Amino acid sequence: MISLKKNIAVSESGFVFNPTTGDSFSLNGVGTDILKLMKDGKSEAEIKSTVRTWYDVDQDTFDKDYYDFLKMLGQYKLLDAE
Amino acid sequence: MEKQRYERPIIRRLNTGVMNKFGTKTEYEPVTHIDDCAVKDLLADYGSPLFVISEKKIHETYQEAKRAFTTRYPKVQFAWSYKTNYISAVCNVYHQLGSWAEVVSGFEYQKALKNGVPGSKIIFNGPDKTVDELKLAMENKSLIHIDHLDELYTLTELCEETGIRPKVAIRINMDTGIYPMWDRFGFNYENGQAWDAINKIVLSDRMDLVGLHCHIGTFMLTANAYGVAATKLSELALSIQSKYGKKIQYIDMGGGFASKNTLKGSFLSGYDTSPSFDDYAEAISTSIMNAGFVEDELPLLILETGRAMIDEAGYLLGSVISNKRLSDGRKATIMDFGVNIMFTSFWYDHKISPAQEFSHHTEDTVMYGPLCMNIDVVRENATLPPMKRGDQVVVHTVGAYNMTQWMQFIALRPAVVMIDLQGKPHLIRKREELTNIDQQEQMPDYLKEFKL
Repeated sequence: MISLKKNIAVSESGFVFNPTTGDSFSLNGVGTDILKLMKDGKSEAEIKSTVRTWYDVDQDTFDKDYYDFLKMLGQYKLLDAE
Repeated sequence: MEKQRYERPIIRRLNTGVMNKFGTKTEYEPVTHIDDCAVKDLLADYGSPLFVISEKKIHETYQEAKRAFTTRYPKVQFAWSYKTNYISAVCNVYHQLGSWAEVVSGFEYQKALKNGVPGSKIIFNGPDKTVDELKLAMENKSLIHIDHLDELYTLTELCEETGIRPKVAIRINMDTGIYPMWDRFGFNYENGQAWDAINKIVLSDRMDLVGLHCHIGTFMLTANAYGVAATKLSELALSIQSKYGKKIQYIDMGGGFASKNTLKGSFLSGYDTSPSFDDYAEAISTSIMNAGFVEDELPLLILETGRAMIDEAGYLLGSVISNKRLSDGRKATIMDFGVNIMFTSFWYDHKISPAQEFSHHTEDTVMYGPLCMNIDVVRENATLPPMKRGDQVVVHTVGAYNMTQWMQFIALRPAVVMIDLQGKPHLIRKREELTNIDQQEQMPDYLKEFKL
């Protein structure tokens, strides 16, 4: 399962801090919700269904955006290696 | 519970230190309406993409230009530059405002006549005027601006043949201190070509030399060059008067005034760098008035400015086709309009605004058009809120040259709508269809059938 690194801090307003590298990031609303759900240990299926109940988006669109977002998290070294 | 408006999830690394020299976000409010017409309604009614012309903005800009010149100089005449935008409804807005027509081809000349412009109010410029076109212009008493000696000789022959004495001007190129110098059009001032042409015209006594014309460049970011040009043309006019006793009736300063667009590579936006009509007017009128004309013999000042007159009145509405991630991690947005209908994206970083509500988050994106061509780049880098398929945008300041230089390439050209002074949209050019292209083609009989 893809998960966020344990030491990544995510604030309520979407500010992300990686204490290992010192990098900081900002998220928009949907990005913040996804990271919070990941931090809570939710599975991919749970994250997708939760976001779709909160936001007005169809499954195909969200799937495409979700995988692109995960790619960016990986690019920024915010995900666990496994 | 009502669902929240969805926006694609984005994460953006925060950088400290030197600020991004390209700035941060530029869009704060969506552009949902143009002159009280909703963008989404226009696109629903006329299809996407869609060019929109604001008649209100044309009027405002024209009055601004007119005020700038007429408050400084007593005799001013604008001539609408057809090549900038020759959709007939657009031309007629300028003609209703009092502009003559300035054309650079037989096709444009015919268009001006068809629009109802009297022949005597058409300025015929350009290096390519055929014998028949010159004859027609002579018969219509149009102002013929001679570009080269071959044209002068052709005109002289036609004068003999027809017995008509046309009104002519010569186009003069000169060093005004700017680069590049546009010396491919007209006769050079410094090396004596201009005087050679003037002598030939006056001494042949077959035509009336009534004007002097120049057009020193395009998107001129310095008004001073116009001052230099106006001084040189005025000196020439006064010299002609003292040498031959003939008064030059008008000085035509051509066009080339910059619009508020931002040139590619420019650090500041066009709003900060382009001179105003007042700057150009001050430079030109001061030079002519200080040249030494007797007060009641000041020549008429003709201006053919096109780009600065209409660029801001034109909008291109379009929609997002798709988003994708490029191999180097950059975000790319594919729009349903490209360089085929927005030729000016080769020169400008056009301002692009989303037409629907968005959050304060932005991301850098490359904006591509829909063509299957690598060169189809609308913006190499734009900082915009995340947009999804179907979202709509408004591209600003596209009124000049796009509706004349657009290509029927890969896709058909879109419709053009003009919003009148009361805020009512009018279709002024229909969306192209396959039949528009097909009707020009002919199929030889032996190619009509095939088996696959």
